Amino acid sequence: MNALLEAVRLTKVYSNGTAANKRVDFSVRPGEIHGLVGENGAGKSTLMKVLYGEESPTTGSILLEGKPVSFSSSEDAIRAGIGMVHQHFMLVPSLSLAENLVLGKEPRRKGSRFFDLEKAVRITEELSARYNLKVHARARVVDVSVSMRQKLEILKTLYRGAHILILDEPTAVLTPQETDELFVELSELRKQGCTIIFISHKLGEVFRLCDRVSVMRDGRMIGTHDVGDVDSQTISNEMVGREVKLGVDKSPAQPGEAVLLARDLSFVDDFDIKMVDRVSFTLRRGEVLGVVGVDGNGQTELVQILAGLAKTLTGKVVVCGKDVTNASPGTIRKAGMAHVAEDRMTVGTALPASIMDNLIADRYAGKAFTGPGGFMRQDAMRQEARGIVERFDIRCSSELQSVGSLSGGNMQKVVVGREFTAEAELLVISQPTRGVDVGAIEFLHKRIIEMRDAGKAVLLVSSDLTEVMSLSDSLIVMSSGRIVAYFPDAAAVTDKELGLYMLGLKSQGEEEIRMVLHD
Amino acid sequence: MIHFLISVFGSSNYWYIVFRSTAPILLVTLGAVISEQAGISNMALEGAMLWAALVGVIVSAATGSAWMGLAAGILASILVCVTLWYFALKLEANAVLVGVALNLVAHGGTVFVLYSLTGDKGISSSLASKTLPFIKIPLIQDIPWLGKIISGQNIVVYISIIAVVVLNLILNKYTIGRRIKATGANVEAARSAGINPDRVKLFALVIAGVLAGFAGCFLSMGYTSNFTSGIAAGRGYVANAAQVVAGGTAVGAIFAALIFGLTDALATFLQNVGMPPELIQALPYAVTILGFIVVTLSRDRREAARKRALFSGGAASGGAGDGGTAKKQAEGTGA
Repeated sequence: MNALLEAVRLTKVYSNGTAANKRVDFSVRPGEIHGLVGENGAGKSTLMKVLYGEESPTTGSILLEGKPVSFSSSEDAIRAGIGMVHQHFMLVPSLSLAENLVLGKEPRRKGSRFFDLEKAVRITEELSARYNLKVHARARVVDVSVSMRQKLEILKTLYRGAHILILDEPTAVLTPQETDELFVELSELRKQGCTIIFISHKLGEVFRLCDRVSVMRDGRMIGTHDVGDVDSQTISNEMVGREVKLGVDKSPAQPGEAVLLARDLSFVDDFDIKMVDRVSFTLRRGEVLGVVGVDGNGQTELVQILAGLAKTLTGKVVVCGKDVTNASPGTIRKAGMAHVAEDRMTVGTALPASIMDNLIADRYAGKAFTGPGGFMRQDAMRQEARGIVERFDIRCSSELQSVGSLSGGNMQKVVVGREFTAEAELLVISQPTRGVDVGAIEFLHKRIIEMRDAGKAVLLVSSDLTEVMSLSDSLIVMSSGRIVAYFPDAAAVTDKELGLYMLGLKSQGEEEIRMVLHD
Repeated sequence: MIHFLISVFGSSNYWYIVFRSTAPILLVTLGAVISEQAGISNMALEGAMLWAALVGVIVSAATGSAWMGLAAGILASILVCVTLWYFALKLEANAVLVGVALNLVAHGGTVFVLYSLTGDKGISSSLASKTLPFIKIPLIQDIPWLGKIISGQNIVVYISIIAVVVLNLILNKYTIGRRIKATGANVEAARSAGINPDRVKLFALVIAGVLAGFAGCFLSMGYTSNFTSGIAAGRGYVANAAQVVAGGTAVGAIFAALIFGLTDALATFLQNVGMPPELIQALPYAVTILGFIVVTLSRDRREAARKRALFSGGAASGGAGDGGTAKKQAEGTGA
């Protein structure tokens, strides 16, 4: 069968040097639902952005019905009949659904510049009926459910004449029932001649809905299969399968008393999506608790709540016996938490400031560094900085060099050096080795185990599965903002098994998950 | 005190002044509303009013026509707002900083121009400037008490009320209004729908310029009959707080501006009973800011309660420990 839309040896290198797509071949047949799976950072979004005209390819070409096309903006793609539903909805909450549908292409009353609301409502209702996507045309977006907003997004692309639909993780924000409903509707769209590209992490859904599935990993297209010819284990292996990079030597954990109690935490993003959904766990002294999950399943928001960078809507956080629910980061630090932030460039460090300033950022107010009259004690500050630079092997010409001039690995050592010498009882560590060279990774891993052996409690969040599995003593798996599994012994679980939980194919029972509370 | 207040609120003179005081703040608040709806904090409204007030006086004196003065004043005000647009959107400078810079230029610049022309740094009384007409409405002016309030106001007072209607039409009935709201609420959504956000913002700022222009010209050619240095007196700044109280709607702007107008008029009377004038002059501003705080706080509370409600009722997640506590807490804060 001839391809409807095709990417041929497509490479996309961003201006910062990241190669997000490497000679990717991808082809979609008319009238099919084509699944595209892969972890975050695998290059799916970039590929879709190129097909939708939001990014231009560095090399390679796009063929539409066999003819080469080049889109300079998404408007070109829309004109060619391609529509995209983004993961973050492109809707205006305060306007009605009908108004959102026609935005930019509004019906007007005859011979005037007046907006014709009635006609907009009529258009919405007609489209809604024709494609069997039920929406309340007159309701405001802010008042309707997430699933209805999504239907509206699909209708919006249809209103603009799309017959190829790209859906970026549409089910990430839906309940199972809503997902079922969406699948019926998408099958109906296929019957009416639409072609759909369906991006997802959840293999079960891909198998239920799609005709074919393509797998991406590390910017490459790993393979395309007919769904009938392949099992989920094969796809899962293609998605997460990777070589084990490093082993970590560590003795068995000897957990002590609880240092962190997280109880019933929740967080909702600007689109009312439950990013953290009633999460509870306990972290004990002398243990590394790993948090695994596909990026975007609430790990970031959970850490932000713990570190005082976001507010939980419900529940409480207790650090070393002190209730620090929604307290300021300063208060939480005083209670005994140190935090290696996920983003070292914006949260973890002040780039233009010196290594020394960054290293003492959490302790400059202490007696050791502030003398009588509030004057900073330069000599003590430099001594402290030199000590940490040496201990953590930060490669620099001087401690007065700016952090922004360091390599990723050394920058991370500055963050880790500060946080690990903060005399905290609890370390919340997020993505410790993202974008860090192999030598530094090994170094950082050793320091983490050292902290554990010194009796600290460590919460480790990382999207590098090998890393979490080798460092952690026990594991929790997050999916759609919830804890879906708890493994008291990290050594007893395989990455394949974790993959099934991460991808939403499996979930533990409530009793098993409750064990993470240790109460 | 009570006696005094009753006598004040009973006098038609008080309500006449209320209208007069409300008009300029209402106009400039409408300007802030449309700017904010399009997604720009328009700090430059203060400067726009100042230039409008000065240019209006100068041109009306030069041409002998108050209308020419008004037109020129509005043009000057538009120019200030377009400058804000150019720096903030084309050159991507911080809109608030550009606004403040434009205001500082206006504060010094208007005095400089005034001094260059008249040799006076404080007031334009040596210029034979005109004032915009006061309108006596037939029949209505004969109604006892009410007639004295509604009739005989400056034309700009009536224009300010028409402006509410027009802005309401623009925001709610015209296609452009949808695009303004879309741009302000979710610029990516607007762009993805094929709307050019920069053009929408330019339109909004031009309208804001017109509104601030009316307000500025009224101050120097109706409210008083001269330009004095710093004549806008912070109204442009207060407008940005008032638009929050207004909830981003043209009708809401009436209430927000009335808070200011009522206290401003009251202040005129309080001066007669020996309250310190500095305190009195601060009153309208303080009350508006207070309204701003109350509105913002209660809105944040409602939003948090609404989000929290998303979690009540639903079954607790797998790892949830004590669902009961959370629910109690949610109810406690929600109430």
